[in-house]
Amino acid sequence: MSNSLYGPLPDVAEDAGYTEPPERRGFFTDTSVCIGCKACEVACKEWNAVPDDGFALTGMSYDNTGALGASTWRHVAFVEQTRPHQVGDGVDTRWLMASDVCKHCTHAACLDVCPTGALIRTEFGTVVVQEDICNGCAYCVSACPYGVIDRREDDGRAWKCTLCYDRIGDGLEPACAKACPTDSIQYGPLDELRERASARLNTLHEEGVTEARLYGEDDSDGVGGAGAFFLLLDEPEVYGLPPDPVVTTRDLPAMWRWAGGAALALAGGVALSFLGRR
Amino acid sequence: MRPGRDGGRGAGREERMVPRAEFRSYYGRPVLKKPRWKAPHMPGYLYLGGLSGASSTMAALADATGRPRLALTGRLTAAAAVAGGAGLLIAELGRPKRVLNMLRVFKPTSPMSVGSWILAGQGGFTMAAAASAVTGIAPGLGRAAGAAAAVTGPFVATYTGVVLADTAVPAWHEAYRHLPLLFTGSSLASGGAIGMIATPRGDAGPARRMALIGAGLELAAAGALERGVGLRERPDLVSEPYRAGRAGVFLRSGRALTVAGAAGAVAAGRSRVAGVVAGLALTGGALCTRFAVLYAGHASAEDPKYTVVPQRERLTTP
Repeated sequence: MSNSLYGPLPDVAEDAGYTEPPERRGFFTDTSVCIGCKACEVACKEWNAVPDDGFALTGMSYDNTGALGASTWRHVAFVEQTRPHQVGDGVDTRWLMASDVCKHCTHAACLDVCPTGALIRTEFGTVVVQEDICNGCAYCVSACPYGVIDRREDDGRAWKCTLCYDRIGDGLEPACAKACPTDSIQYGPLDELRERASARLNTLHEEGVTEARLYGEDDSDGVGGAGAFFLLLDEPEVYGLPPDPVVTTRDLPAMWRWAGGAALALAGGVALSFLGRR
Repeated sequence: MRPGRDGGRGAGREERMVPRAEFRSYYGRPVLKKPRWKAPHMPGYLYLGGLSGASSTMAALADATGRPRLALTGRLTAAAAVAGGAGLLIAELGRPKRVLNMLRVFKPTSPMSVGSWILAGQGGFTMAAAASAVTGIAPGLGRAAGAAAAVTGPFVATYTGVVLADTAVPAWHEAYRHLPLLFTGSSLASGGAIGMIATPRGDAGPARRMALIGAGLELAAAGALERGVGLRERPDLVSEPYRAGRAGVFLRSGRALTVAGAAGAVAAGRSRVAGVVAGLALTGGALCTRFAVLYAGHASAEDPKYTVVPQRERLTTP
């Protein structure tokens, strides 16, 4: 149970109490081959029966989804960038496309703070909301450092990606990965995905794509490594991702120490007030 | 490439505004979700929980030192406030009928789970103590319940600081040292305020002193938060939501009311009217402080600069 709140964790499911759990599963989303088709968004909605989240046009390139949320469990970001030609005059325009998803953190703040036990760690090391338990307190919404989970207001409960818990238990791959035509979204055992990602990164670097980088694959990062990690072609914040997220519960022991001190101060303050004669 | 823009309406009017931060973002959209906790529920609960906690502690000491009138005020206030506060908490749930799921598990990693159990204790003890005081039935048990509520009370008043701090919202998380102390001061002032209002002058001496001690602590903690004193990363930026916009207005209004209330509490030893006015001012100040904390959290989550800039600097400065 060491490092239960912060730091690398060799087996996240075992730490959660499972005996001999299956290999940890996750997503590797290689954004360098994403073509922005949004098949992942559609497949996710279809399989999980996720309701619509409005039909607004955002004006943000081809992105009319906006962000992850209670009714958006895959979100394809479209970033349009222009920069001067390397040689000669004029500008180059490039499109970055990336399918975002719940990170299924090793140290998941949403799960830590959930007061009802509605959010659980599955045997696959993923994080899932039990919809028959959640009472919509919305603590998870404010705790997530990626802004993933949200409360569906007409329904009152919190919702997010389940990594298709109902499919992977049957040996199927999640709907988004199944639908992805370019294998930008890859599903599998996390260790295997990390190896594949590091090989892909090397290839890209050798081909001169020096801006390629992995995001969320490092288990010494602020969330103990993500179960869903990414290959990006620019800084994370360009895609709407936090550059260096840290699970808030890292500081929980210190928070309680300060609150305990404050409680003593309150009792002391009251006691002090009774020292006078009147 | 889109550099982020420093948002915040009316930002130019502020004195200690942070220079425009250059950072990159996805169309200026927030990284975090805006907290679903809202007004008046969340700040109302923070106030009532604090009031209940300080009042139950005050009641037990008044009881022990032979001040029955002040003890009665404290017991009734503590019970009424915790009932009202719990009502607001339940109303804020997405599924209020599932409120009892809060007591389904005891989960040390969730400040809200720990708080729910503390609150359940506070509710039971203060109700029993108040019922006994009003009906005269089982005074011994009432006194024991009142003593127990003096133990849960300080935690009811301060655990909410951990609830807010244990989030990804920079203005709340980075203030994990300040919020419990701020709530302690504000709760002492609130308990003293109702004590002064509802108790005859001769019996309200401890309430006046509580109000003064509380007001002093509340002003000190709010001032530190506002100036970013004691925040670790980018204190100038992370504390900005407490100065700007709606939160800033509430924080400054709270300060003015608290200062006025403290001055009134000094005069309240000679005038009951001064005591009532001071009590109302301190109550208003405590409420304004809680609204300021909620709105600062909203602003902090809604602008990506508060999330991105400190994190980016952490990565670039070894």
